[in-house]
Amino acid sequence: MTPNLHLWLIPVLPLVGAAINGFFGKRFSRQTVVAVALGFSGAAFAMALWVATQASLLPVLENLAPWIRAGDFQVDFAFYLDQLSLVMLLVVTGVGFLIHIYSVGYMWEEAGFYRFFAYLNLFMFFMLTLVLGSNYLVMFIGWEGVGLASYLLIGFWFTKDSAASAGKKAFIVNRIGDFGFLIALFLMIKHFGSLNFVQVFRVVSGLPAEVAGAGLLTSIGLLLMVGAAGKSAQIPLYIWLPDAMEGPTPVSALIHAATMVTAGVYMVARSHAIFDRAPQALMVVAIIGTLTALFAATIGICQTDIKKVLAYSTISQLGYMFMACGVAAYSAGIFHLMTHAFFKGLLFLAAGSVIHAVGGEQDMRRMGGLRHHIPWTFWTMTAGTFAIAGFPPFAGFFSKDAILWRAYSSPYGSWVYWAIGVFTAFLTSFYMFRLWFLTFFGEYRGEAPAGHEDEHLHVAKDSRAGAPVPHGHDGIHESPKIMLVPLVILAVLSVCGGWVGMERFDKFLSPTFHAGATAYSEEVAVATPAPQPKEQGSSEALFTGISVFAAALGLFLAWLLYYRRPQLPQEIAKALGGFYEAVVHKYYVDEIYAAVFVKPLIDGSTRVLWQGIDRDVIDATLDNSAEGAREVSDVVRHMQSGNLRSYAGWIAAGAAVLIAYMIWMGTR
Amino acid sequence: MVPLSYYLVLSGILFACGVAGFLIKRNIITIFMSIELMLNGVNLSFVAFAAQWHALSGQVFVFFVMVVAAAESAVGLAIIIAVYRTRGTLNVDQVDLLKL
Repeated sequence: MTPNLHLWLIPVLPLVGAAINGFFGKRFSRQTVVAVALGFSGAAFAMALWVATQASLLPVLENLAPWIRAGDFQVDFAFYLDQLSLVMLLVVTGVGFLIHIYSVGYMWEEAGFYRFFAYLNLFMFFMLTLVLGSNYLVMFIGWEGVGLASYLLIGFWFTKDSAASAGKKAFIVNRIGDFGFLIALFLMIKHFGSLNFVQVFRVVSGLPAEVAGAGLLTSIGLLLMVGAAGKSAQIPLYIWLPDAMEGPTPVSALIHAATMVTAGVYMVARSHAIFDRAPQALMVVAIIGTLTALFAATIGICQTDIKKVLAYSTISQLGYMFMACGVAAYSAGIFHLMTHAFFKGLLFLAAGSVIHAVGGEQDMRRMGGLRHHIPWTFWTMTAGTFAIAGFPPFAGFFSKDAILWRAYSSPYGSWVYWAIGVFTAFLTSFYMFRLWFLTFFGEYRGEAPAGHEDEHLHVAKDSRAGAPVPHGHDGIHESPKIMLVPLVILAVLSVCGGWVGMERFDKFLSPTFHAGATAYSEEVAVATPAPQPKEQGSSEALFTGISVFAAALGLFLAWLLYYRRPQLPQEIAKALGGFYEAVVHKYYVDEIYAAVFVKPLIDGSTRVLWQGIDRDVIDATLDNSAEGAREVSDVVRHMQSGNLRSYAGWIAAGAAVLIAYMIWMGTR
Repeated sequence: MVPLSYYLVLSGILFACGVAGFLIKRNIITIFMSIELMLNGVNLSFVAFAAQWHALSGQVFVFFVMVVAAAESAVGLAIIIAVYRTRGTLNVDQVDLLKL
């Protein structure tokens, strides 16, 4: 009998905060809203920390209430905590709490302040449900819920048309992924009779090889990957994430960098028992991840919007995580997920601080030379940039290096993944330092900022009279302390977060990933008779050297092109011609999708479903039958003459006919 | 003993007279009397059958019909008085306000 950890409190606390702020926040002062939002999300974080101290008890299953019972099939509201969900739990609550703090400063002057924090807490609730669920259905609740919260927060400035449609785009694209996820769940119910992680994985690892290889697990794996691709913005469903940058920057940091978009990675890692036995599905995961990493990184190079660069960088880093999962190096993927949450959360928050400083400007071409004006932001962002570029000893170095090494050395790995991964690492370093140089070095290229008009909806000036966070609105200014504190904490984490080291992290997660090790190792032996294991030691050091060199090369190129010789990029762009155009326009993917999927869908809906079926069939049936009834009545109503004797005549005639009929029937 | 058919023919004639009077006459009171005539025609056939088959139910029916007819004439006469008060006429052709 394990002691009760009261896991249910962790997601419910933010939900209570969301409810209080959502229902009553309108009447609260800003300070009260902040107290509620920070109080409940902070309590969840504290709770998660306490649970982490009880780590020796893991795994813990906490059954709250039965939910669905149909025959042998049963789903419960139940939470499950093991090493994997503990890592996610700490990342979500920790980074989430920091971003809550940051948002207080960032959103202070916005209308709908309480609404923002209610949504943010609601998001925390769903994300924690997703992470803690003990079966796929509870996970799916969280999965859908974070989609909802993401939609609400992307469209937070809903009066802005682009924000509203970006929210819709995110939601709809996610639905496509969710569809795949749902079908995977149905397949599991049909073939395994359960959605419980433990039970499903037990059945899966017990399946005989000929059943396991016969497409069932592969199709479940692929469908799960469709879901993951939707949520985690992988090819071909990544298109919503760049648009999602319409949301407030803290939202981009929390949902679209640190936590929600990593849900797909978590789900794949969680379902490792299925993927382990479906090598084809695993290969698809690796290929999609690798391609996405490369593809998004190339787009990132040419973006000029500071948040868009970070968005494509997020997609690219998520690609790394899937690459890791795809070579069955789940712990490396989760390790990168964690460090990425630190440094990408930091980068977004710092970018928010930059945008804040220059008065809502997001175009990097109109920034520059900011390092003297906003030193705190500059130094924290520098930490983040070095971390994502993969310089030792920053956090990103350890996780990225682990992924690249595993991509080559894993039994499922290949030098192709590694090569593309290293090239992407070079690109990553290049575009991140491009951002860094463009933003912080050189001369300031923008006009003097004049407040927040560009990006933000405005509250009346007097509403910030009681603001405890003083804002200088004249000139470039450093952000208030409440925004800097999370930046500094995240910067420290971005520097030190990787010092745990891959080995220790791997060992920590091993109860989750190697639980069914027997079936797993047999499968490996059958699937890949490749030279195993590839030699460690010196070659690993060589690989590390190469990836660090790639990062340094990126730094050097960015320095050359955007600091030393700022006219060079234009010449190169001219030389590249059409290819450059294609990259700037994101390979026209949005346009292609619009032409191939969106337009036929809209046209089909308009012409066939609306004008054809709805108007000409359904509406027409109703209208015509009503019209027909009216026309018939028009004729028939003349029988109602009001003349009593004519009525009597009709009755008599009717009676006569009836009697005649009866007589005729009787005499037959 | 008078054969059954005689009663039935008389009953038919009475009923036909009632129908004819109902259709032809315009005065509401005359129409009302025609209804009574039809009822009594039917009553006659009931008692004739009852006597023929020595079954009491026919007689019981007649009592019911007479009771209902009495009640109906009370209500009907009240309506006729009400119609006369409001419309000032007992001609059914002029009492046709319910038509479209």
